[in-house]
Amino acid sequence: MPARPLSASPLSLAPPLAISLRSAHLTYGGLVLFDGLDLELPGGVFTCLLGPSGIGKSSLLRLLAGLTSPGVSGDLRGSDGRGLTGRVAYMAQQDLLLPWLSVLQNVTLGSRLRSEPANRGRALDLLAQVGLADSALVRPDTLSGGMRQRVALARTLMEDRPLVLMDEPFSGLDALTRLRLQALAAELLAGRTVLLVTHDPLEALRLGEQILVMNGRPATLSALPDLPGAPPRDPGDPALQAAYRAILRRLEAQ
Amino acid sequence: MKSLGRLLSTLAGLLALWQVIVTFGELPPYILPDPLAVISVLWKDSGPLLYHAGVTGLEIILGMVFGTLLGCASALLLSYSQHARRWLLPMLIASQAIPVFAIAPLLVLWLGYGMGSKIAMSMLIIYFPVTANFYDGLRHTPRGWLDLARVMLPGSQPGSHRWAILRHIAIPAALPALASGLRVAAAVAPIGAVLGEWVGSSAGLGYLMLHANSRMQVSLMFAALFVLAALAVLLYFFVDAGLRRLLPWHPITPTTDPETY
Repeated sequence: MPARPLSASPLSLAPPLAISLRSAHLTYGGLVLFDGLDLELPGGVFTCLLGPSGIGKSSLLRLLAGLTSPGVSGDLRGSDGRGLTGRVAYMAQQDLLLPWLSVLQNVTLGSRLRSEPANRGRALDLLAQVGLADSALVRPDTLSGGMRQRVALARTLMEDRPLVLMDEPFSGLDALTRLRLQALAAELLAGRTVLLVTHDPLEALRLGEQILVMNGRPATLSALPDLPGAPPRDPGDPALQAAYRAILRRLEAQ
Repeated sequence: MKSLGRLLSTLAGLLALWQVIVTFGELPPYILPDPLAVISVLWKDSGPLLYHAGVTGLEIILGMVFGTLLGCASALLLSYSQHARRWLLPMLIASQAIPVFAIAPLLVLWLGYGMGSKIAMSMLIIYFPVTANFYDGLRHTPRGWLDLARVMLPGSQPGSHRWAILRHIAIPAALPALASGLRVAAAVAPIGAVLGEWVGSSAGLGYLMLHANSRMQVSLMFAALFVLAALAVLLYFFVDAGLRRLLPWHPITPTTDPETY
């Protein structure tokens, strides 16, 4: 099936949603991981949040996703002044495909949960865009790790939400598959407000239009200077190599 | 087919061992009849044996069906309501401390000599493995799936979408655990039915065995025992095959690769 552009939905016609999070706080196991943290996500911008493991990146993402965990709090709103409930799509490190559903049914999981009629045509379009048009009717256990994560990407896009949150979505993949999926994600998520959490500096440099580094305890956020070129950037680019060294210095500094 | 071949060769080996014990142990036929005598009774009395096997089989199947329904309902209630958990769980565990053997006479007194008391016995004996396994499965839904579902469902109250999550995520995810419970149930359900028949009945393989025992028809007793064993094995294989067919997505062979989890 040839890939066709997605039919424009009312959401994608609206101006991209900017997000601001104020005075975020996280206590975990008696430790204050961050306190009074402010995060700005400009509308329509692919933001990468980079930081070492255990710094509280995932908790910050879960806070934005509206997933309550004990010890986390923060004041969250969109640029239109409303809350984010029902306006977020979430993609995790694990593909989280349900093994008892077909690939197509997994892509349309959201409408299944909400008891809405599923838009099969759009789901098949998205599967074609991630290169899995032929696998729509198989069960996920027959797919490779990279293919499964592509299904997860299609499911995330199927939700068509203004804010897309991704928690190290490509870290479990081999290098080549990871590069391909990064390119695919950059292409398909262009124009949306995205926050991608990663511990891989190269991934952030390749995908981020805005790159935030999170480190220290309690953790603080600092923005990296803007990089030339549009994502997905070539990992061999010398400008990226220089930025890579700068990031490592910044991560080591604290 | 392979497992059937293994079963038949095990059976042949046991029969040969049996014959050896009878021949060299010089046991009188009213203690241990030789296999040929039992086989001839199986052939000669196949009519009554089949009839009584049918009665016992029906008791077991109905006990399985009702026990499974009751067990599933209890597990759902336990996972859904904290109050149910507080009140029911201690009772569920205490109920396992009382052996079914002890309440069998009571059930016969209450439900009579017919099938009812045997079905109730089978239900009681499978109730715990079904409930405990399914409840365990319902409690251990992978957190990632729950997170995904919560982000997809609009609405701020945490409890507002429990039914959708239960129906589309938690129950399917718990089905492999329920299947383990049902396999155990299929193995123990015949115990309940035969136990009920021993305590008081007018039909069934347990009744036939008691009857044959009191008349020193030891060959018939062995024949009934053999039919009961065949019935139990058949039930287990039927349930196992059915579960595999119903849950094709659940791997039967344990995974050795930790990354698949």
